Amino acid sequence: MFKFKHELIEKNATLLLVGSLLVVTIGGIVEIAPLFYLENTIEKVEGMRPYTPLELKGREIYMREGCYNCHSQMIRPLRDEVERYGHYSLAAESMYDHPFQWGSKRTGPDLARVGGRYSDEWHVAHLKDPKALVPETVMPKYAFLAETKLDYTLIEKTLKANWWVGVPYTDEQMANAKIDLETQAELDGDEIDGFEERYQKASARVWDNNPNMISEMDALVAYLQMLGTLVDFDLYDANANKR
Amino acid sequence: MSIYSIIFLVLTTMCGLVGAAFAVDSVFAFHSWLTVAISLAFLFWGIRNYTTEPADQSRYMDGVVRWGIIATIFWGIVGFLVGIVIATELAFPEVNLFKEMNFGRLRPLHTSAVIFAFCGNALIASSFYVVQRTTSARLALGNLAWFVFWGYQFFIILAATSYVLGVTQAREYAEPEWYIDIWLTIVWVAYLIVFMGTLFKRKEPHIFVANWFYLAFIVTVAMLHLVNNMAVPVSFFGVKSYSLFSGVQDALTQWWYGHNAVGFFLTAGFLGIMYYFVPKRANRPIYSYRLSIVHFWSLIFLYIWAGPHHLHYTALPDWAQTLGMVFSIMLWMPSWGGMINGLMTLQGAWDKIRTDPIIKMFVLSLAFYGMSTFEGPLMAIKEVNSLSHYTDWTIGHVHSAALGWNGMVTFAMIYYIVPKLWGKKEIYSLRLVNAHFWLATVGIVFYISAMWVSGIMQGVMWKTYNAAGFLEYSFAETVAAMFPYYVIRTSGGVLFLIGALLMAYNVYRTITMSKEEEANIETVTEAAA
Repeated sequence: MFKFKHELIEKNATLLLVGSLLVVTIGGIVEIAPLFYLENTIEKVEGMRPYTPLELKGREIYMREGCYNCHSQMIRPLRDEVERYGHYSLAAESMYDHPFQWGSKRTGPDLARVGGRYSDEWHVAHLKDPKALVPETVMPKYAFLAETKLDYTLIEKTLKANWWVGVPYTDEQMANAKIDLETQAELDGDEIDGFEERYQKASARVWDNNPNMISEMDALVAYLQMLGTLVDFDLYDANANKR
Repeated sequence: MSIYSIIFLVLTTMCGLVGAAFAVDSVFAFHSWLTVAISLAFLFWGIRNYTTEPADQSRYMDGVVRWGIIATIFWGIVGFLVGIVIATELAFPEVNLFKEMNFGRLRPLHTSAVIFAFCGNALIASSFYVVQRTTSARLALGNLAWFVFWGYQFFIILAATSYVLGVTQAREYAEPEWYIDIWLTIVWVAYLIVFMGTLFKRKEPHIFVANWFYLAFIVTVAMLHLVNNMAVPVSFFGVKSYSLFSGVQDALTQWWYGHNAVGFFLTAGFLGIMYYFVPKRANRPIYSYRLSIVHFWSLIFLYIWAGPHHLHYTALPDWAQTLGMVFSIMLWMPSWGGMINGLMTLQGAWDKIRTDPIIKMFVLSLAFYGMSTFEGPLMAIKEVNSLSHYTDWTIGHVHSAALGWNGMVTFAMIYYIVPKLWGKKEIYSLRLVNAHFWLATVGIVFYISAMWVSGIMQGVMWKTYNAAGFLEYSFAETVAAMFPYYVIRTSGGVLFLIGALLMAYNVYRTITMSKEEEANIETVTEAAA
């Protein structure tokens, strides 16, 4: 009868390669694969919608500046966190986040529900000079965002790329991406009805107090102000999807 | 340089030109032109040095190892320096002078420079050295090893420049954008081919233990890199891409990758270093061959499962969190198996800790490895994690492993390997090695103890309630409390960097040492006498 000896693997590089690869694949398959079909990781929650074009550009700036290095977007179901930041985060709330931005470090506070907590003016002033509003802060200044014109030449393609990876943008949303972006930043007011129809709970205004230009500040503030605001927790039934 | 290399460089030049012509953003254009410039420089050098003569197969290919060691030292110093800059920024935010220098852009530069540039070069160089000596064969496939080396440096340069220019996938330790990922895949596959090819032509019947670890590291990193970086670019001539997965699926994929970057890049690969260099320097056989077999398979099997411990109490399902926690605790055993195998190799040679500063470094690195792999499972317990997560405790843990284990074992390896590679009898100054040892050790202790205190303190402050039942501290108050510890941490980093600079000087003097100088330097046996 064949008796296994480790020597067999020690003398055959191909066996060693294939054996190692097999051994390291198991854990990932068992842990990751079920997440694509389990109820509580793919639940649809009332209120969730894809980002508006302006919010999506704001999110790009959030990533570009590495905000995720210091700010999490994941409230854990612990008493102090729920009291400090609001209702714990649901899986569904990051379902359109390519990539996720849960973060791993809170040098600054969690931002999962920062939307609507402060005024636009506060955000603009704080991003320009954080110390002026929070003396203890160690956050860098982001004044340049207000002076930099937002580059949205590729916005249709950006929505399309999101569509490719599974974000359910409609043909209409993709076709109107540029108009919707300008509408939400109040450069063009004619399309407001169409915009509000395409994106529920999205508001259009001049975000950075400068109506003459759509700046990167506009986009970032629009993104920050919608974070965590889509799901109405007065209506959300946690027990329907107990995790 | 062979005809294949020249054809390849012509192709990369053309790709660069096409990229530059159609680029939709400035960074993509910049990287395209960089590709053209570097390809042409190599092409020019290659045509001048064109040869069809095959290399002498009876000799080892050590040129690429020598360059790899120099690159390791160079990127190490860059990585430590950037670390000090961002540590200073946290204590004194005024140091965020301009947008390219902001913490958010420099932090990925620091982590990538240290993990991928410093540790990556140490792994590639040492694996090329070890695989040749343990197989008695020259590296396979001619100059492909040189492509691996230069291709990897080019990857580092693309990644580093992209971060400061604001191009990132915003995935921790996987920040490079899609086109840089594709380039790294090509380089990495070449690396695997060179390594496997050398194993195939080995003259020894057995594959030495160190090579198992190197091979598992190379093949697992390939798998992790490919799965975690799947993305759809907005334009094939632009930098931006969107990841294939989103939300909770993306989070676990990312931390499956992230934790195993630790498990395979910083652990399995470095255990390869340990399994060759510790027995070599101590001049003792490895403590237990059976333990290496058990240790190897259990380590690579268990590590992969530990990723979810980065996502405790998040929206990831509980069962996955629990699996991650349980496997993290089990991982303690193979980790200590490796540490014991390394340390016990010194059985009968413990006096070398006193006489040989290089052995002393190896031993300390293993001690830090043991400590970090005990601390890790502890922090992976959900209840502990509810306090430690999101705080500096994690940063302290990472640095006790990265500085104490990866840093120290790399330094010791460099001190051992440099005289061998440049044909000298010993490193220029063992006293400087000893000074490096103490500077680095004290630096690490400053660093990690400051982070323990600040991390646990901040975690506790966040959870403190006052008598009326309200949260006692505002977030801003907890930030203010960090200040002294951020200063101590920075000073620890400075000590660590000074040690590395001493190493660079020592290596430089070793390489340029004359025959007379060499006759006069102290060796371990003389120092002991």
